Amino acid sequence: MTLSCDFLNFTLKSPLVLASGIIGTSPALLTRAARAGAGMVTAKSCGLAPRAGHPNPVAVDWGGGVLNAIGLTNPGADAEVPLLVETRARLSPLGVPLIASIFAGTVAEFAAVTEIICRAKPDLLEVNISCPNVRDDFGTPFAALPETAAAVTDAVKRAATCPITVKLAPNVPDIARIAAAVVAAGADAITAINTMPGMVIDPVSGKPFLSNRTGGISGAALKPIALRCVFDIARAVDVPVIGTGGVCNGRDAVEMLAAGATVVGVGTAIHTRGVDAPAKINAELTQFMAQNNFGSIAALRGRAL
Amino acid sequence: MNTLPQPFTITKIVDENAVTRTFILDGALAAEPGQFVMAWLPGVDEKPFSLAAANPVSLTIAAVGPFSRAIHTLRTGDALWLRGPLGRGFRLPEKMTGELVLVGGGYGVAPLRFLAETARARGFPVRAIVGARTSADLLALDALAALGATVIPATEDGSVGRRGLVTHALADALADGLPALVCACGPTGMLAAVGKLCDAAGVPVQLSWEAHMRCGIGLCGSCERGDGWLTCLDGPVER
Ligand SMILES: Cc1cc2nc3c(=O)[nH]c(=O)nc-3n(C[C@H](O)[C@H](O)[C@H](O)COP(=O)(O)OP(=O)(O)OC[C@H]3O[C@@H](n4cnc5c(N)ncnc54)[C@H](O)[C@@H]3O)c2cc1C
Ligand SMILES: Cc1cc2nc3c(=O)[nH]c(=O)nc-3n(C[C@H](O)[C@H](O)[C@H](O)COP(=O)(O)O)c2cc1C
Ligand code: FES
Repeated sequence: MTLSCDFLNFTLKSPLVLASGIIGTSPALLTRAARAGAGMVTAKSCGLAPRAGHPNPVAVDWGGGVLNAIGLTNPGADAEVPLLVETRARLSPLGVPLIASIFAGTVAEFAAVTEIICRAKPDLLEVNISCPNVRDDFGTPFAALPETAAAVTDAVKRAATCPITVKLAPNVPDIARIAAAVVAAGADAITAINTMPGMVIDPVSGKPFLSNRTGGISGAALKPIALRCVFDIARAVDVPVIGTGGVCNGRDAVEMLAAGATVVGVGTAIHTRGVDAPAKINAELTQFMAQNNFGSIAALRGRAL
Repeated sequence: MNTLPQPFTITKIVDENAVTRTFILDGALAAEPGQFVMAWLPGVDEKPFSLAAANPVSLTIAAVGPFSRAIHTLRTGDALWLRGPLGRGFRLPEKMTGELVLVGGGYGVAPLRFLAETARARGFPVRAIVGARTSADLLALDALAALGATVIPATEDGSVGRRGLVTHALADALADGLPALVCACGPTGMLAAVGKLCDAAGVPVQLSWEAHMRCGIGLCGSCERGDGWLTCLDGPVER
């Protein structure tokens, strides 16, 4: 029995993938997640220009999950490149591929950021068209419509020198249509899902808790939504899927694989179970496979389809 | 882990020195010494503060900038919202042979007051070295003494206690006989020096560090110190 599995042309030591934005883009922290058992790690989404992000408060665990509006804090594409280069150098002896993540405000800007970030030679490029926390010209519009999602995918694919995965939003009427559109436009894989828009309001002051007022829901509350999205996507397209949303333990990972995920994203579990959450989830996954006679991750895939 | 911000009412405000006040709130938190809370004022900001006590919850806050000054405008009866307790605090051994030595600089004394309270409740002998620039900047001396700690003030101008830095007073204490444990909180330079002294003497040491905190719950990465250490999740106490 083994946790080792294939994803695109990579052989991973575990199906767990550190999700984008979790513990940032620090080479040391991303390496720590890799040492803790992640099979791949994703850097924080990066745009063309530096962004400080939103003022505090930026996150809260309300008991059922986490709401965050960090606001895409990043150093800008030019400053991101050396960080990614260092991260890749640290990860490569561990056999852990690096996924860079990008966002932008226009299709042309997506191409420009892709061109810069590809200088760092990431193993895979994740295209974040779905961050719910930055209003107006970022994120939501691109993930909301098949046409805009495809336009971004096409522009990034043309500029990229590595395979690309497009990260989709859950709050769309028909996620399978968006998935089909980005695959037709050249996506090599799909990451699903980003956070779900939501709010936490303090009853005493009557005020929203986050400075951005609204934020993105992640963690336990997101799992049923993520399972349904991955299920719909896996039935609609043939590319591999990084199934992300609410995976906190080994059983959650098994469910995500059953829904059709090829590998499994882990984000908020770093908060609930510590930076070594991947090691804990790997151990639980191994135990589940042993108890239920599954010899490989491939055998767990798509059982719900 | 529900860490929703909970509103507390301020029941008492104690002036500690010209810029520092202790806010005593109307409730308790199940916390260990060294843990912190994210204090929130709606529409203003949210920032980390160490618990100076957990029952009743007390925060010792120096007015140094916009948010700490906003908190200083609060009066008895006003509300302050806290998210937490967060992070990992100081860890006292089950049994201790020898003294617990506390080293605090500035409002770094806040968590040490909570730690002294816990250590004294277990019957451990406590020596508290409290440092500041001048006698007017010292804080919590009486509170520490009332808990039964031997208090050693150190001022840079020599106006009270030993002249010099807390590290000089710590070197004296180490020369007196080795303590069982040293716990420190204060500015980065002070902590680094305390760590060095203790390592050289072979004394166990626990240091409480500061960093820029945003989420406070191990997700955003902004509080990283050193090589991949998350101050809010792995710390703030390095032990
Ligand atoms: C784990 C942790 C525990 C903390 N515990 C406490 C505590 O118990 N009591 C407390 O008062 N603060 C504590 N702080 C610091 C606190 O979170 C804020 O940074 C502080 O209140 C300043 O915020 P501000 O918005 O008022 O000023 P800012 O605009 O953030 O700071 C104004 C200026 O003052 C400097 N400065 C910040 N803090 C101090 C200080 N204490 N003395 C002198 N200069 C300073 C800053 O570097 C800056 O130049 C803690 C921080 C951390 C990370
Ligand atoms: C604090 C935080 C920051 C995030 N930042 C990003 C980001 O920069 N880019 C991105 O594509 N997704 C970001 N996400 C979304 C996660 O990558 C993931 O899709 C989501 O949290 C669901 O997974 P989880 O329930 O395992 O956390 C962020 C999530 C959190 C909690
Ligand atoms: S403050 Fe966000 S990880 Fe520590």
